[in-house]
Amino acid sequence: MADAADLTIAAAGAAIRRGELSAVDLLEAVVRRASMTEAHLHAYLTLDQAGARAAAEQADRELAAGDDRGPLHGIPIALKDNLCTRGTETTAGSKILAGYVPPYDAAVVTSLRDAGAVLTGKTNLDEFAMGSSTENSAFGPTRNPWDTDRVPGGSSGGSAAAVAVGSALGALGSDTGGSVRQPAALCGLVGVKPTYGLVSRYGLIAFASSLDQIGPLARTVEDAALLLQAIAGWDRHDATSIRGDVPAIGAGVATGVSGLRIGVLTELSGEGIDGEVLAAFGEAVGRLSAAGAEVAEVSVPAVAYAIPTYYLIAPAECSANLARFDGVRYGLRVDGATTEEMMANTRGEGFGAEVIRRILLGTYALSAGYYDAFYGQAQRVRTLMRRDFAAAYEQVDVLVSPTSPTTAFRIGEKTADPLTMYLSDVCTLPANLMGGPALSLPIGCDAAGLPIGFQVMAPALGEEVMFQVAAELERLSGFATRPALASSEVTLP
Amino acid sequence: MSGLEAVIGIETHVELRTRSKMFCGCAVAFGAKPNVNTCPVCLGLPGALPVPNEEAIESILRIGAALGCDIVERSVFHRKSYFYPDLPKNYQISQYDLPLCVGGHLDVVVDGETVRVGITRVHMEEDTGKSLHAGDGGRIHAADHTLLDFNRSGVPLVEIVTEPDLRTAEQARSYAAELQRIVRTLSVSDARLEEGSMRFDANVSVRRPGAGFGTRTEVKNMNSLRSLQRAVGYEIDRQIALVAAGGTVVQETRHWNEATATTLAMRSKEESEDYRYFQEPDLVPLEVDAAWRQRVVDSLPELPAMRRHRYVATGVNAATVSSLVNDDALGDLFDAAVAAGADARTVANWLTGEVVAYLRQEDVTLADTDLTAADLADLAAMLADGAVSASAAKDVLRGVLAGEGRPRAVAGARDLLQISDTGLLETEVDAVLAAHPDELARIRHGDAKPFGYLVGQVMRATGGKADPKLVSELLRRRTAG
Repeated sequence: MADAADLTIAAAGAAIRRGELSAVDLLEAVVRRASMTEAHLHAYLTLDQAGARAAAEQADRELAAGDDRGPLHGIPIALKDNLCTRGTETTAGSKILAGYVPPYDAAVVTSLRDAGAVLTGKTNLDEFAMGSSTENSAFGPTRNPWDTDRVPGGSSGGSAAAVAVGSALGALGSDTGGSVRQPAALCGLVGVKPTYGLVSRYGLIAFASSLDQIGPLARTVEDAALLLQAIAGWDRHDATSIRGDVPAIGAGVATGVSGLRIGVLTELSGEGIDGEVLAAFGEAVGRLSAAGAEVAEVSVPAVAYAIPTYYLIAPAECSANLARFDGVRYGLRVDGATTEEMMANTRGEGFGAEVIRRILLGTYALSAGYYDAFYGQAQRVRTLMRRDFAAAYEQVDVLVSPTSPTTAFRIGEKTADPLTMYLSDVCTLPANLMGGPALSLPIGCDAAGLPIGFQVMAPALGEEVMFQVAAELERLSGFATRPALASSEVTLP
Repeated sequence: MSGLEAVIGIETHVELRTRSKMFCGCAVAFGAKPNVNTCPVCLGLPGALPVPNEEAIESILRIGAALGCDIVERSVFHRKSYFYPDLPKNYQISQYDLPLCVGGHLDVVVDGETVRVGITRVHMEEDTGKSLHAGDGGRIHAADHTLLDFNRSGVPLVEIVTEPDLRTAEQARSYAAELQRIVRTLSVSDARLEEGSMRFDANVSVRRPGAGFGTRTEVKNMNSLRSLQRAVGYEIDRQIALVAAGGTVVQETRHWNEATATTLAMRSKEESEDYRYFQEPDLVPLEVDAAWRQRVVDSLPELPAMRRHRYVATGVNAATVSSLVNDDALGDLFDAAVAAGADARTVANWLTGEVVAYLRQEDVTLADTDLTAADLADLAAMLADGAVSASAAKDVLRGVLAGEGRPRAVAGARDLLQISDTGLLETEVDAVLAAHPDELARIRHGDAKPFGYLVGQVMRATGGKADPKLVSELLRRRTAG
């Protein structure tokens, strides 16, 4: 048997139930992998070995007693460090929250604990999830397990690196403009942004409330579905969470794509996309077509406005969401002669450059006299985009595009120019603005051996058909490569 | 004299008496130990989210309906951003361009003149925490340190905004008093000014009648109806004097100082306020369907104005009606006594006369006494039957209030019952007439003068306990013979 750290969630769960593997053994393999790779990657901000160990032991006891909590029971899962964990430091990658220990668990954390998952710790991220490379973390960048000179993507780069390298079997991230899907693409993983409202945001440190969704990162479509199933559903603590039945997330994974209508999103599959990425994308579309899908080009012209729209709405919301970090009640406090000065000093020292840039952008966009031209206009464009997408989904069941215009870029390559960095979200932003689900899965590697991601988007609550297409494409692509750093030097009997 | 008139609009904040806060499950309680009624939501902890309180929405709809507002079908919350230590999120969840209730009115009667005060809007928001500035003057800028209590943070707050329809300080006070009565009648708030559960801000400006609006000031910090009236009056006089002296009014917020009875400009803000309102993305729009709106309207209790109309229709005089309407306990007892058969005018006069005087003198409330609606009905019946005189009835009432027993027992114990037995009195009348033949003769010859004397003789013979009306009646009959 291979190193348990390299197992999928489904395979590890099966091995545990066959009695071939214990939750404690699995955790040890994962912790061993972390100890071998963390110095190279810095995927974790906090590795909670004691808490994880206790959870793994409890899982073993429960399973031995026949108390099976389901597919995540005993499985080591990592959490992005913007998800509040009772009693465990939660920083959102920011100096302003260094040392902050929440008194409560995020709803998704409660769900995972209830599912018997073993929570390994808190993963690195761009500060307050603002970034596409994890270079904006106040605690240093995370590196890509495929090439440690390159970024893992972001903002959920720590979660992606951990799952890719085997220091967790799955992880949760948050996706406001692609922060789960883009790092999944750059690290050769499956990443999902669920329908807005499918997963409770309670306890997720907010970046942009109308765009934020928590989603899973995993090595396979099946694993991603298992994780999403565990965290989806109405929560009374989140007024934007959807009441009613959760979609049958994994129901169609074995159905194939015959007869499904797949739309290739014109605006996102040409100009601005790297040639190798486009070639791999085209090949994958060809496989879907050969497997019986009806493939058509679909144009949604409003997509051209996604970046400016997003970079008005998200900063505007963040400017208010981050106002609470003022040094009064928790986190960093930098004294001043007056209360206002104390607040200004705290925020000036506590926030990094990108966070300050977005707060300023958002404050400006909401200011008297500018609101209509900026925030108001962005909301109107968002409404028009919704209309365009609704029309597109009358013609097709899903829309597809590359996930990221490029494969993993070099550390430092885009930090000097924020606009270049913003462009790396061009393919992922529309799904956040629309609210519908989107998924990225790996379909191959470029010449440099770096993974390429393929994005499947569906209308709101269209998770079932989205997973159906993704599962079939996963089979057709046969992507099984693991990053070099995920070595299997240590094997279990 | 100055030729200037004042223009006043009032913004009122009402803290709702709901079981839990506006956006979390924490208890709403006045006077608890600091920071005990708090949670991640009302402390603004990272990751916490608001969930609206349906009871609070119901309460504001009742207020809106009572003020004759349109309740909108779709309303949204906005974030109002400003930095202040007792505002945990540094934004307040409030409403902006789509409030729940719009376009109502409240009629206020001052000196017999009815003023219709337009209600611009009634909207829902959350309260802030409380800052206790330790050190000089109780103001943040001079404080050594500041203590924060977040028990009030997130308590549901209703803001009621009037049109600039008020013209005098007295009207302003009457409006505030009537609004307070309405809020209490609806049982949605304690509406205590001294505890801050009802707070008034007045916008005051002056102008030549018919001219456009003058520059206004906002006057804050009035914690009683009296101080509201005084503060508005002071501010009107100040502005008129200022304009008369050739000065101009500056738009600013002014603080009412009860001790000096003046308004003072608060420290001016360095930059103008920009609250950067935008729709609260953590909440979905509130939908109030037609059935809900109708249910709210149908469930409204009798409002003070309606009660006033009803009382006036019973023939009770205007001043007495006001006293009854201004005090719910008196009004309720009045209604119950009338329902039990008492004469409305009699009971109204007793309640607003003897009863109020007794309560004031003994410094007790109606609930502290034994007086019941049945007592009032019995006593009114005794008076109507002649069992007691009007003045004796008042004595009986005081006895009942003092806990001496039920009216008949009190009248007996206090020896206040009248003789209204016709047979017995006829004997007394005949005896008096027999003893005064001259007077009888004069009366029979058309001289009415001795009549009163004879009544007095009968009263004397009965030790003053005869019903004088009945005695007169009997004498008239006999002397006519």
